[in-house]
Amino acid sequence: MEGTLGAPTILFAAIFTNNILLTNFLGMCSFLAISREIKSSIGLGMAVTFVMTCTAALNYLVHYYLLVPLDLVHFRYIVFIVVIAAFVQLVEMLIERFSPLLYVVLGVFLPLITVNCAILGVVLFMIIRNYSFLQSVAYGLGGGLGWTLAIVALSGIRQRLAQAPIPQPLQGAGMTLIIAGLMALSFMGFSGMIQMQ
Amino acid sequence: MTQVLLGLLALSGLTSVLAVLLEVADSYLADYGECTIRINDGDKELQVQGGNKLLGTLMDAGIFIPSACGGRGSCGLCKLRVLDGGGPILPTETPYMNAAELQDQVRLSCQVKVRNDLAIRIPPELFLIRAYQTRVAELRDLTHQIREVRLHLEDPPEITFKPGQYIQLVVPEYEGSPEPVYRAYSVASAASRPGEIKLVITRVPNGLATTYVHHYLKERDPVTINGPYGDFYLRQSDREMVLIGTGSGLAPLLSILYQMADEGISRKVTLYFGVKEKRDLFYQDEIQALAERLPNFRYVPVLSEPAPEDQWQGETGYVTGVMVRQVSDGSRVEAYLCGNPLMIDAAVKLLKQVGVTDERIFHDKFA
Repeated sequence: MEGTLGAPTILFAAIFTNNILLTNFLGMCSFLAISREIKSSIGLGMAVTFVMTCTAALNYLVHYYLLVPLDLVHFRYIVFIVVIAAFVQLVEMLIERFSPLLYVVLGVFLPLITVNCAILGVVLFMIIRNYSFLQSVAYGLGGGLGWTLAIVALSGIRQRLAQAPIPQPLQGAGMTLIIAGLMALSFMGFSGMIQMQ
Repeated sequence: MTQVLLGLLALSGLTSVLAVLLEVADSYLADYGECTIRINDGDKELQVQGGNKLLGTLMDAGIFIPSACGGRGSCGLCKLRVLDGGGPILPTETPYMNAAELQDQVRLSCQVKVRNDLAIRIPPELFLIRAYQTRVAELRDLTHQIREVRLHLEDPPEITFKPGQYIQLVVPEYEGSPEPVYRAYSVASAASRPGEIKLVITRVPNGLATTYVHHYLKERDPVTINGPYGDFYLRQSDREMVLIGTGSGLAPLLSILYQMADEGISRKVTLYFGVKEKRDLFYQDEIQALAERLPNFRYVPVLSEPAPEDQWQGETGYVTGVMVRQVSDGSRVEAYLCGNPLMIDAAVKLLKQVGVTDERIFHDKFA
């Protein structure tokens, strides 16, 4: 049904109108935990973007060339998770071996996102919406960039709030959730520009 | 039927392929060959197999860096200086470092991986820390959730420690833990009896080490410990002493009291022991015996929530509150605190209010 949307449109939509974090509320745990500093949230965002794009492509191939021909579609949840976990492990080992610098920036975050629900969410959405390969990759990339945008914005706000006189019961997680809610409200301003589902 | 079998086969095939891929990658990519670790400008040089964390690698070589969390990067104790070869500092380490430590290339040894030759610097006294082979002489339940473990030292047969210090207990692989883990416990016994040590271990639900001690460890079992560690011990002075312990935090305080009795130190000393109910009190006979040997000793047990059947006549409430009401002149007091971190933070705050200065407050937090 959405087969009509072009890949660039999907990329744009995944970042702004259908931000996976702020409209679907997926990937919340690392969003809340690693958003104290802009620097580390950029690192985490890059890691998520990279893993999302690659696993979207990988799982697309697994789904349409393995699961569909063998009629194993009902196992896709398990298969997707296993593929994602193995891929993340492998990439972590490669980075650690060949680029210590990249490991510091990106590698240390990889274990944190193996079980990130946003990554599985992107893969499942692309299957449910019958995307083509190109659309899937665009959706993965857009989803990751959108996630990065949201976490960097949140950490920017939190860094500023470090100086603010927040009432004690709301300090920490309470205030962070309120901010996330307000951000989600403001992103609703984009909705209606592109109809995805 | 065939479809189910086919499905299972395909799934197992896919997971096996991925598992083999990871295994192969692990043996080729994570193999860093032999590396040299130069310690303290060449005082000692180690040839080690690379690929593991520095903390564990040093421990295998018999050099024990203090660490309470067992290498999970949550206690921040296993600091040492990595002068060369450690790579850039990781985001998992920076929360534990201040500016001076960053400048000095201080790292958490549980986060640094040995990938190439390293030059490190550690305090020389760490060479004195070593492993001891012991055997369980006795297991005794002190309360419904605290167990005393008495260990008889076999090799070497004696340990020298300052009362108040702690050791690490090595929990071997067992059903609850796929790999050996280390946990820190204060020594509760007297340093004048170097052939055995007593540990006081509270059961923690799902705790790897405490589950092992409470459910798997048996009398006559061999146990490896290493130590001693820590800078919580009796300071020399004539000041009045205030000791505050909650739960198993009583252990190092008792060891300090034994030292005072053995060495004939007659400083004025008050022990505040805080627990929840009467059934949580333990070592009452031992404290009674100490009271007879120490001329200026006073013991104040405090229950925070005494049960009705306790018929408790003594002090109630938080141990910190009771203590602060009884300390009249803080400028003559030296305080030793051990136990729950929240109690310690509260006690430090109150002690400062009554005039006890920072350098006269010593504590050991049980994280």
